[in-house]
Amino acid sequence: MVDNLQLNSEGKLKHFLTIEGLNKNLLTEILDTAESFAGMSEQQVKKVPLLRGKTIVNLFFENSTRTRTTFELAATRLSADVLSMNIATSATSKGESLLDTIRNLESMFVDMFVVRHAISGAAHFIAQHTAPHISVINAGDGQHAHPTQAMLDMFTIRQIKQDFSRLRVAIIGDILHSRVARSQILALNTLGAAEVRVIAPKTLLPAHVETLGVTVSHNLNEGLKDIDVIIMLRLQKERMTSALLPSESEYFKCFGLTEDKLKIAKPDAIVMHPGPINRGVEIDSKVADGPQSVILKQVSNGIAVRMAVMSMAMQRQGALS
Amino acid sequence: MSRIKISQGRIVDPANKIDHVGSVYIADGKIVSVLNEPDGFRPDRIIDAYGQIICPGFIDLSTRLREPGQSRKATFASETAAAASAGVTTLCLQPDTVPVIDTPAVAELVKDLAEKAGYAQIYPIAALSQKLEGNELSNMLSLKQAGCIAVGNANQPVKNLLILRRAMEYAASHDLLLMFRPNDYWLGHKGCAHEGAFATRYGLPSIPEAAETIALAQCLELAELTGCRVHFGQLSGKRSVIRIHQAKKYGLDVSADVAMHQLHLTENDIAPFDSAYHVLPPLRTEEDKEYLRQGLAGGTINSICSDHQPHDLDAKLGAFPETEPGMSTLETLLPLMLTLVAQRAITLTQGIAALAEKPAQILRLRSGALTPGFSADVCVFDPELNWQVNQDSWKSQGANTPFWGQTLKGRVTHTLQGGRIIHELVREASHEQ
Amino acid sequence: MTTHNLEIPALLNKLEAELKSVIIERRLENPLIIGIRTGGVWVAERMHQCLGLSEPLGLLDISFYRDDFSQIGVNPNVKPSHLPPTIEGRDIILVDDVFCTGRTIRAALNEIFDYGRPNQVVLAVLIQRDGRQIPLSPDCAGAVIKLNANERIKLTGPEPLAIHVQTIEEALA
Repeated sequence: MVDNLQLNSEGKLKHFLTIEGLNKNLLTEILDTAESFAGMSEQQVKKVPLLRGKTIVNLFFENSTRTRTTFELAATRLSADVLSMNIATSATSKGESLLDTIRNLESMFVDMFVVRHAISGAAHFIAQHTAPHISVINAGDGQHAHPTQAMLDMFTIRQIKQDFSRLRVAIIGDILHSRVARSQILALNTLGAAEVRVIAPKTLLPAHVETLGVTVSHNLNEGLKDIDVIIMLRLQKERMTSALLPSESEYFKCFGLTEDKLKIAKPDAIVMHPGPINRGVEIDSKVADGPQSVILKQVSNGIAVRMAVMSMAMQRQGALS
Repeated sequence: MSRIKISQGRIVDPANKIDHVGSVYIADGKIVSVLNEPDGFRPDRIIDAYGQIICPGFIDLSTRLREPGQSRKATFASETAAAASAGVTTLCLQPDTVPVIDTPAVAELVKDLAEKAGYAQIYPIAALSQKLEGNELSNMLSLKQAGCIAVGNANQPVKNLLILRRAMEYAASHDLLLMFRPNDYWLGHKGCAHEGAFATRYGLPSIPEAAETIALAQCLELAELTGCRVHFGQLSGKRSVIRIHQAKKYGLDVSADVAMHQLHLTENDIAPFDSAYHVLPPLRTEEDKEYLRQGLAGGTINSICSDHQPHDLDAKLGAFPETEPGMSTLETLLPLMLTLVAQRAITLTQGIAALAEKPAQILRLRSGALTPGFSADVCVFDPELNWQVNQDSWKSQGANTPFWGQTLKGRVTHTLQGGRIIHELVREASHEQ
Repeated sequence: MTTHNLEIPALLNKLEAELKSVIIERRLENPLIIGIRTGGVWVAERMHQCLGLSEPLGLLDISFYRDDFSQIGVNPNVKPSHLPPTIEGRDIILVDDVFCTGRTIRAALNEIFDYGRPNQVVLAVLIQRDGRQIPLSPDCAGAVIKLNANERIKLTGPEPLAIHVQTIEEALA
């Protein structure tokens, strides 16, 4: 169901909701297309008329200025008209009103929804119930998926490491609550990474995490051995209050990435973080700002990847109309 | 019609150890005779049951009809029609109505609604505590006198074990059965899917099997301490089956049921984010399903309930975790039981016993069997008749079934409740295959 | 197949001659040559040499400006365009390999105008064939030919530059 929903009858991207169900060719196509758009940022005119006349609505049921801004910028650079809405979740805690919101916007002849929602499955729900000509891009749903973030990470990894097949990638931190991690794991496995390793205490790992296709370590010193790519996840403050962790300082002691810990990984290992960074909680400033960090590269790649996904999802629309 | 002969069907009556082709004779609402025609019996009506199966009407230990309080989801009229068409002649109502069945007035109201719907045998289960909040005991004796057949916690975990203990002691004093759905509040809090591969993949708040097993183990301890007779409802996990098996072996007076869908569906069957599969307890693993099936076949699990929970469209329209849990299940009860038989998980006799004889034993009802003198609650079904779950065939107001659009095998043709025909399948002239 | 005598050196010579006369006629000052990827760039390189211009060639990739985007979508591996910092007020020689419908030139002009307002633009193509769909036409061409409806011209290069006329069936085979 998931894959059918995302692809049109010709196997082209219609919605972008999750990495699941998308094959290596399609993911590679996204990366290649993003490459084209990345080149554009070298040009003086950073805008192309691909989506001229299209209306894109950013529906943010959960606040995220950073993600929203990159989607806005991506849409603007494709010459689409963009409208961003921050919708307090309290008003839409019921499914009915979520649907009502969608219906209302639909009747304003929208072509694409970019959706961020605190509940897993919200983007699927909208894709299932929206008018057939509308594309839905998932900008993060609950703890389920954040596929554009995962793809920009893949893009960054490919820029530096070229080939996925020999890469050992460690994802460190709160896997349990991380939609980014879930999408990264699926993307890395689809693109053929040699190993995806998750490193976290048991309280921050979902049950049967190995069924996602990862190896598991509870110890950073052991887990970082032979690693080419280190992905740090953001640790939410509320994890302390819900008894998942004793304290920030103990977490940093066990799982915080410091210069010393970084030395355990391969010498040319890169350090990534989806942001925003909690300095001194999951990562030391010296590492975050150090030579192996590609965190800022990730940010600038975000626009190109989102332009790629948006334009790919919209091409189908024209074909149908 | 006072005298009815159900003629020449295969009679399967587990309680009386009958599995034989013959006729059932009914007069004045009671079973008069089975197989042997009473002298001078002149039926007013003959039901031809040739090629069909005649068995006791089914008794459902866990149903929600949504009235009082939630008639937008379903009504007594719609759901008793669904029950009748499914061969179900006795329904036990979970107390989580609006308001909760915690006063005799609400229990009386339920009885009135049943009468109006023309469906006689509805037994309310009284709330264990007031408003099901787990703080104060309900008026169990008055509720029993008002017709409540047992006390229960519906889907509400009892957080405070002291309250549970007191409630069980009090229920035991009035010889009331506790119908308990084990679920630990903290471990199962806000979950919507089994803590397993599915929930992990889709990032869904999850409920570990231990949420059920731990609450079950606690209640078993209290059963021994208080002497309360306990029936565990809607079990979903492997370890629950093991626990019940041990408790029975140890000599505790406990029984258990499982919802029919738990014997068929697992987390692997869930189409991602399809709210039709959102149930509590959640669908678990293949191993759990296998244990539940074996528990049923071996007698550890006594009976099968429908755990019928009809919903309106809006309740299921949303992102998976936001939707309301529950399936509309009455009408799939028989075909799914026959599937278990076809898959050799249980025998037909065991299946019918689990739906009729065993629940009657648990409730201590003189029913669930075709015993002469018993109320004539009878189900006649065609085990080979295929039918599609769709708008035309479905009676329940809740269309929330994952089997929508599927073709199922086995359909009830006649349902008799107290000798009255409350359902008769209108067959097409050509006898659909 | 229609037979045409399409010899690259002859075509280039003719184009060069036409271009030189247009430069005088239209009084192009310090012209900037821009080639359209991929074939147009090869031709533009030759013209750039012939005219002996010092300023580097401009490169244009019109993929993001195509009007058939909604039908065929984005072509991955689009290369960025490289144009000089100022287009404003420049005299431009826009070079492509084959002119057919005119849509490519429309897209190229749109992109150029996104960068600034040139003084004038001259369009030079190696081959102008029939099939025009919009009111644009080259100023100079190495050859003007007619082909059957099912025929296409394909330029291969950069070294050696060669021209193939194929039927659509052959092209797809």
